[in-house]
Amino acid sequence: MTKQIVTMTVNGEKKEVLAEPRELLIYVLREKMGMTGPHVGCETSHCGACTVEIDGKSVKSCTMFAAQAQGAEIKTIEGLGSPENLHVLQESFKEHHGLQCGYCTPGMITRAHRLLIENPNPTEEDVRFGIAGNICRCTGYQNIVKSILSAAAELNAAKEAAQ
Amino acid sequence: MKDEVTREERVTKLKGLGCSRKRVEDARFTQGKGNYVDDINLPGMLTGDFVRSPCAHARVKSINTDAAMALEGVVAVLTAKDLEPLGLHWMPTLAGDKQMVLADGKVLFQGQEVAFVVATDRYIASDAVELVEVEYEELPVIVDPFKSMQSDVVLREDLDPKAPGAHGPRKHHNHIFTWEVGDEAGTNAVIDDADIVAEESMYYHRTHPCPLEPCGSVASMDKVNGKLTLWGTFQAPHVVRTVASLLSGIEEHNIRVVSPDIGGGFGNKVGVYPGYVCSIVASIVTGVPVKWVEDRMENLMSTAFARDYWMKGKISATKEGKITGLHCHVTADHGAFDACADPTKFPAGFMNICTGSYDIPIAYLGVDGVYTNKAPGGVSYRCSFRVTEAVYFIERMIEVLAIEMNMDAAELRRINFIKKEQFPYHSALGWEYDSGDYHTAWDKALKAVDYDGLRKKQAERVEAFKRGETRSIMGIGLSFFTEIVGAGPVKNCDILGMGMFDSCEIRIHPTGSAVARLGTISQGQGHATTFAQILASEIGISADSITIEEGDTDTAPYGLGTYGSRSTPVAGAAAAMVGRKIRAKAQMIAAYLLEVHDDDVEFDVDRFVVKGAPERFKTMGEIAYAAYNQAIPGLEPGLEAVSYYDPPNMTYPFGAYVCVMDIDVDTGVPTINRFYALDDCGTRINPMVIEGQIHGGLTEALAVALGQEIAYDDMGNCKTGTLMDFFLPTAWEVPNYETDFTVTPSPHHPIGAKGVGESPHVGGVPCFSNAVQDAFRPFGNRHTNMPHDHWRIWKAANDLGMHD
Amino acid sequence: MIPAAFEYHRPSDIEGALSVLAEHGDEARVLAGGHSLIPMMKLRMADVPHLIDLQDIADLKGITIADGIITIGAMTTQHELINHEALFAAAPIIREAALQIADPQVRYMGTIGGNVANGDPGNDMPGLMQCLDAQFILVGVDGTRKVPARDFYESAYMTNRDDEEILTHITFASIDAGYAYEKQKRKIGDYATAACAALVTKDGDKVATASIAMTNLSDVPVLSEAAAAALIGTTCDTAAVKAAVAAALEDIDPTEDNRGPVAFKMHVAGIIISRAIARAWSRA
Repeated sequence: MTKQIVTMTVNGEKKEVLAEPRELLIYVLREKMGMTGPHVGCETSHCGACTVEIDGKSVKSCTMFAAQAQGAEIKTIEGLGSPENLHVLQESFKEHHGLQCGYCTPGMITRAHRLLIENPNPTEEDVRFGIAGNICRCTGYQNIVKSILSAAAELNAAKEAAQ
Repeated sequence: MKDEVTREERVTKLKGLGCSRKRVEDARFTQGKGNYVDDINLPGMLTGDFVRSPCAHARVKSINTDAAMALEGVVAVLTAKDLEPLGLHWMPTLAGDKQMVLADGKVLFQGQEVAFVVATDRYIASDAVELVEVEYEELPVIVDPFKSMQSDVVLREDLDPKAPGAHGPRKHHNHIFTWEVGDEAGTNAVIDDADIVAEESMYYHRTHPCPLEPCGSVASMDKVNGKLTLWGTFQAPHVVRTVASLLSGIEEHNIRVVSPDIGGGFGNKVGVYPGYVCSIVASIVTGVPVKWVEDRMENLMSTAFARDYWMKGKISATKEGKITGLHCHVTADHGAFDACADPTKFPAGFMNICTGSYDIPIAYLGVDGVYTNKAPGGVSYRCSFRVTEAVYFIERMIEVLAIEMNMDAAELRRINFIKKEQFPYHSALGWEYDSGDYHTAWDKALKAVDYDGLRKKQAERVEAFKRGETRSIMGIGLSFFTEIVGAGPVKNCDILGMGMFDSCEIRIHPTGSAVARLGTISQGQGHATTFAQILASEIGISADSITIEEGDTDTAPYGLGTYGSRSTPVAGAAAAMVGRKIRAKAQMIAAYLLEVHDDDVEFDVDRFVVKGAPERFKTMGEIAYAAYNQAIPGLEPGLEAVSYYDPPNMTYPFGAYVCVMDIDVDTGVPTINRFYALDDCGTRINPMVIEGQIHGGLTEALAVALGQEIAYDDMGNCKTGTLMDFFLPTAWEVPNYETDFTVTPSPHHPIGAKGVGESPHVGGVPCFSNAVQDAFRPFGNRHTNMPHDHWRIWKAANDLGMHD
Repeated sequence: MIPAAFEYHRPSDIEGALSVLAEHGDEARVLAGGHSLIPMMKLRMADVPHLIDLQDIADLKGITIADGIITIGAMTTQHELINHEALFAAAPIIREAALQIADPQVRYMGTIGGNVANGDPGNDMPGLMQCLDAQFILVGVDGTRKVPARDFYESAYMTNRDDEEILTHITFASIDAGYAYEKQKRKIGDYATAACAALVTKDGDKVATASIAMTNLSDVPVLSEAAAAALIGTTCDTAAVKAAVAAALEDIDPTEDNRGPVAFKMHVAGIIISRAIARAWSRA
């Protein structure tokens, strides 16, 4: 099948790739743009390791063709913070031992990022429900939930201080 | 030099043993900069993909690869015929059996590897897989090990039915081995004469470790230099190098095996899979790198399963409840090939730890391994070799005995625990338990949860249920486990002849930082953080200044890898020992620099001080600099050491768990209201990491106990090939856990540590299961099999007439 | 898991989509959120030589509420349904049900149109739409027609929609009734072991109207008129609920799967239906 040029903005940078229509977004991100943060875990949209943010939505990029993302604004874990300036969530996951093998972590943090934008004051139940599309095999979630709640508190404190 | 900081500050700065040091791994993982196998992208790299059998048992009449080969972008399609001249169409398993790499005349399980397509990208490879035409002639399928032992159908036609197997004589053409431990006649005599005997049969269902990252490898044969590099999801990279060398004939120095970051292992990544072999062969054939990464369905259907043990037990006791004997027989379903990952002398792993935490004077264990048309494996999923099965068995037998005696199960445990003063304790089935204080742990746990209060509440609930006021019943799950981890010693434990020691090598740099390498490999356990803590306390250099490396066989010392909670007990011990070697040399250097006798200096946190004159000292930084830059009479320059540690014994972590659960008898839905876990893993290296391991292990236990299963239909079709049906709980299904601890150091481990990664799984499964079963005990339940998914819980209620 | 190659179409209006459908017939499929179709394509269980992505068609998006009639564009996502306050005020059962579908990521992508049109018996919206007596608007080259949700489903994955038609909108009257969507599943992301949508209105202390529909308990969603009839005119007392459940169970035909055997599903269905009715009644 003929390849087409697909254009999208990834982490603020305009990207153009040549892709067959059937190429899945996760592989295009990982293999054609070098964004190996999002991972492939289940391929049937159950595990959430491939989660990225597309136009303000948390999306499992294993269940989306790159062609569908034509024109889209995409954020991956690589766009969340920088080594000099980690995102509060990244810091919080480190602080509260919210990760072990690290394989689910990029998807988990990317999802948590969106969750906190939509619900800046989540309860523990909100967090558990909000990350239920992301499977972690290592942590039992307890410290992930703790990390997200702590990041929320910190973000709110920063917001208050700024006002 | 004036010392400005206090001793306490120096200790804090060290970040050594016992502190909750934040993980050094996390910087890269939180930024998406981990480096997993599938992240490896080499120039010109090809992709491999398997044609797999849709049939569970069939003769392969023909394989036609023409159409696939004709597809543009397909470079090769390998079948057994292509591998045969290289002697690679079969490979040895870790259990002394052999396994087809690609179908050689027949297939023995659904999902078995039939042909390996190599193409320029994953899309073409996937299309080519569809184009390979395979003609199958279906054969009768056997998925039941008991039927298999009665069947005329020969599953393994490659084996001489009369010849002994790797573990002695075989009783039947579908039989693999019989393994017996203990005194059967004596045990039977005790049981026959006993006051009380409880018998039960239980099935520990087949499940799968299912790490989030599936298995994969990248092989790169550099024909110019004759060097093969193999990256892969290997929990034991050094073993893979040796096996790869033996199989391929490439000398071991020309093979470099690298385990990069591993996205969880849990036992799934111990074995050698056909995909690894095929990627190597394909790279040798094509001369370019070849990547193979399985998908989730392939992972669940073809890589190593866990459990699948049919266990039959008899336990006897006096009228007072003192256990007098234990008899256990297991029919072990190993699937199509015996690919268990157990030490050679232990074909059923350490199943003979099945006397548990109890002082049982006589016991017998017999295990029969059987072939069926199911995927091969039998790995230890988040446990030491078959210990989950053993602990589940004894913790159910205790409950059944308590029912038989109409006794409280907590009390029954208490009166049978091995006493503190009995350690080192020699069990009836041959183990020497190193240390333990079970009564203290048990009392602490029962007090923490207000056990008597819970029982009162449960009794009230039973009454309310009987009055028709509620349809919810309450279960109190108890478990007390003893793990056996840290294999070696070498004299008892080897895999494929390779002794199970482990290793650590360290180089202290002139400016006082260090790099240490070990024979293990982290899959999330945080080795880079915790091994540095062990070393920091031993050598007085801050953990922050010690880089830990593992997983590259070109640089790391030989070791047997990470599984069976062996990293801390074995490699951790090697780290402590290597630290002591460094310290011994450092002491001599310090003494020279301070112009005193070697014996006149002593180690203090991060320095050597002159005894009685602590203001006279040399820091480890100063000592390291001198080691390289000052000619010291009688000493070689440099400061480095290596230690290969062969443990004198295994370690025996233990713990006490309590789960409080509500069950909706009408829908079979359980709700976990409380889970308390007390773990004793000896000396605690990093409490934060320990807690994380416990949360994770308990969650995997919850999964296994409450629904996670690899199930087959009668035709051998795997019914649980995706994460829709294979139960991995989400944050929504998982409770918060309360953790607690006691500390009973191992007397033989250099720092007294025992290992913890697998304890919560080992102890958690029976605890969750016992909670379900305990809820039904007042209504007449004796035993129901896991997994306790909604319908099986509902069935338990239904069988007890609770829906009438 | 890689799908077979296909041609990707992304029309900007319905006419454009229809013309691709007309040209390629059953070789073409429309793509909404993709969370049912794409996994099927990846497993090569669905062969789709022409994939028509509907995301650019503005006419298919949005929720309007006018004169007590709710109209939802087929491409409206579950996430949008959940967060639409006016929709929640007019038909709160939609949010309650949508929150029980799949997981957050899937709800951002999954659409109501895809959920109802695909014909998967595991999908939750079809039963709910039958309960609401919704109408599906289908557009083809020959024009537009309305099909009641209650007449739409023929068997698993087989619906009244013609291969060359597109389901564009869903309409139903806003509700002023007690409601409940009750669902038992093994975990987040699972289909229902049993699920039931219930609407009940009250006249004095009696049930005035009732509507009961079930999910994943047959190869199609099941509206049980007999169950509703058993409730109407009663005080929704235990006997009436029992009769309604008995009637509903007559109408379903679950099959055994990994969730359990038929006897279990029948029993759980009864419990879920009675809980849905009780909760709906408590809100009536």
